[in-house]
Amino acid sequence: MAVLVIADHNNEALNDAVFKVVSAAQKIGGDVDLLVAGENAGGVAEAASKVAGVRKVLHADDANYGKRLAEPMAELIVDLAGSYDAIVSSASTDGKNFMPRVAAKLDVMQISAITAVESADTFVRPIYAGNAMATVQSKDAKKVITVQPTAFDAVGNDGSASVETVGNGAFPGISEFVAEELTKSDRPELASAKIVVSGGRALGSNEAFEEYIYPLADKLGAAIGASRAAVDAGYMPNDYQVGQTGKVVAPELYVAVGISGAIQHLAGMKDSKVIVAINKDEEAPIFQVADYGLVADLFEVMPQLKDAV
Amino acid sequence: MKVLVPVKRVVDYNVKVRVKSDNTDVDLANVKMSMNPFDEIAVEEAVRLKEAGTAEEVVVVSIGPDKAQDQIRQAMAMGADRGLLLTTDQDLESLAVAKLLQKVVEDESPQLVVMGKQAIDDDRNQTGQMLAALLDWPQGTFASEVKKDGDKLHVTREIDGGLQTVALNLPAIVTADLRLNEPRYASLPNIMKAKKKPLEKKAAADYGVDLEPRLTKLKVTEPPQREAGIKVESVAELVEKLKNEAGVI
Ligand SMILES: Cc1cc2nc3c(=O)[nH]c(=O)nc-3n(C[C@H](O)[C@H](O)[C@H](O)COP(=O)(O)OP(=O)(O)OC[C@H]3O[C@@H](n4cnc5c(N)ncnc54)[C@H](O)[C@@H]3O)c2cc1C
Ligand SMILES: Nc1ncnc2c1ncn2[C@@H]1O[C@H](COP(=O)(O)O)[C@@H](O)[C@H]1O
Repeated sequence: MAVLVIADHNNEALNDAVFKVVSAAQKIGGDVDLLVAGENAGGVAEAASKVAGVRKVLHADDANYGKRLAEPMAELIVDLAGSYDAIVSSASTDGKNFMPRVAAKLDVMQISAITAVESADTFVRPIYAGNAMATVQSKDAKKVITVQPTAFDAVGNDGSASVETVGNGAFPGISEFVAEELTKSDRPELASAKIVVSGGRALGSNEAFEEYIYPLADKLGAAIGASRAAVDAGYMPNDYQVGQTGKVVAPELYVAVGISGAIQHLAGMKDSKVIVAINKDEEAPIFQVADYGLVADLFEVMPQLKDAV
Repeated sequence: MKVLVPVKRVVDYNVKVRVKSDNTDVDLANVKMSMNPFDEIAVEEAVRLKEAGTAEEVVVVSIGPDKAQDQIRQAMAMGADRGLLLTTDQDLESLAVAKLLQKVVEDESPQLVVMGKQAIDDDRNQTGQMLAALLDWPQGTFASEVKKDGDKLHVTREIDGGLQTVALNLPAIVTADLRLNEPRYASLPNIMKAKKKPLEKKAAADYGVDLEPRLTKLKVTEPPQREAGIKVESVAELVEKLKNEAGVI
């Protein structure tokens, strides 16, 4: 058995999620190899060789992989797939983009966003916004799987895998990168932060996030999240959205401020270890999942909370 | 150009789905069904392309039970020109759906397929990418903006780090994210008009596509339930609990 894990990275740094995806891959069984496809990503390949339990790192370097567009990525992965029983990646927006393309080219039904590995062919995944968990067994000879990283413990950083260059130089040439607008922040990454402070529609503006959410987050060293309503209204950028169709987080502490707790939001945060809800409506559904609920006006208590922690 | 929009009939997003007591599946008896919310956004985008003169015709296709006619009619009430229903009582997997859609694309020759990024029942997020793979077309997934620029399609995508814009050769696949647009409500006159628009029905089984599931659902269970928490009376009490009881700050 051998498993190929596709590494998430940005050409400069390996994403934290890789350590968790490798841990899921080990549960499937067999040797685990890690593919780093990027542009001038030698440093990332080097970092990948330290991920514990990895047999070898496959490094493909080309401008065509610089932004990990689905078309060249799928071509590359399908080309490597022959030697593997399973191909695994994080359920990041990169993985969600190219993995189903790989699956269809291999005539395989992808198993999306798994949260547990029962055996080499049986996996658990949430369905219906996490209101049910399905255990599914795959009949496909080769498995194509995306992993919900928050559901797995990270492997260590003391590996010593060899690095091998790969790449067949075949690029479909049907898509190209034009531009990107990346959110810059010195705060921890939302998906892997230990503490997340999230705001909802109740904030009413971006300025209110700055005044009532940021100070607490900064004092706690937390990442910031938002509900869909807050993102739709333009209070925060799209990549802050937590939920069924945004990011899934499972921090030690999740503080939901002025968020009602719609099932689509709960799907993205209900596996957090401790949940705090601050909402002025004592009937708000968020209180049903909160360990500590404070019925209060956020504009009154958030400054107090910042001072008290 | 012609635009094809695949829409799925799914449980309404307001329904809190329950697991059957025998753990074989979720219980969908008598629950409200609707068009997948992302597919409404896809229909809206296609109709706007037509209104802007970029598209000439918008064709809607659904694969599902006879009842999925309701969702096709709704799409036509929003402005789609005609509909196609591939009937099946099987709960098809994404790969089978993508293979059927490939046949429909071969029959209809659209220049663009706009679909949802994710059906909110199975939360698989893969059919569009699979269809793109089978056709060898480029894909613009999780789209928040779509613009035709000469013979290319510029798609802005919602990614983990922010936004990314790609240029795709046509024909192409686009999958809609939440902020692509805000779908319109169909007006009563348009609902009446939609009843007269052509809706063709075919059996999915007649397409000569392998529809056998690859995944066996062994069981469906309740997610782990959180234990009920407490209400605190003040900020001071909250901080005390977080420090001394939960130990998280
Ligand atoms: C297909 C689909 C996908 C979706 N995906 C997501 C997703 O990924 N993530 C997500 O979050 N949502 C998602 N949604 C949206 C979801 O259904 C809800 O509409 C959304 O989560 C509501 O956001 P909110 O809680 O901020 O706003 P609201 O529901 O409006 O809640 C605001 C809350 O603030 C409280 N409040 C008001 N003023 C104050 C105050 N001064 N002090 C304290 N509390 C106050 C109110 O009591 C209320 O509970 C999705 C919906 C659909 C249809
Ligand atoms: N049975 C179906 N009929 C028509 N379109 C579908 C069907 N299943 C999935 N789709 C389309 O594929 C998108 C993604 O679905 P999924 O990959 O299942 O999350 C949906 O938003 C629809 O646009």
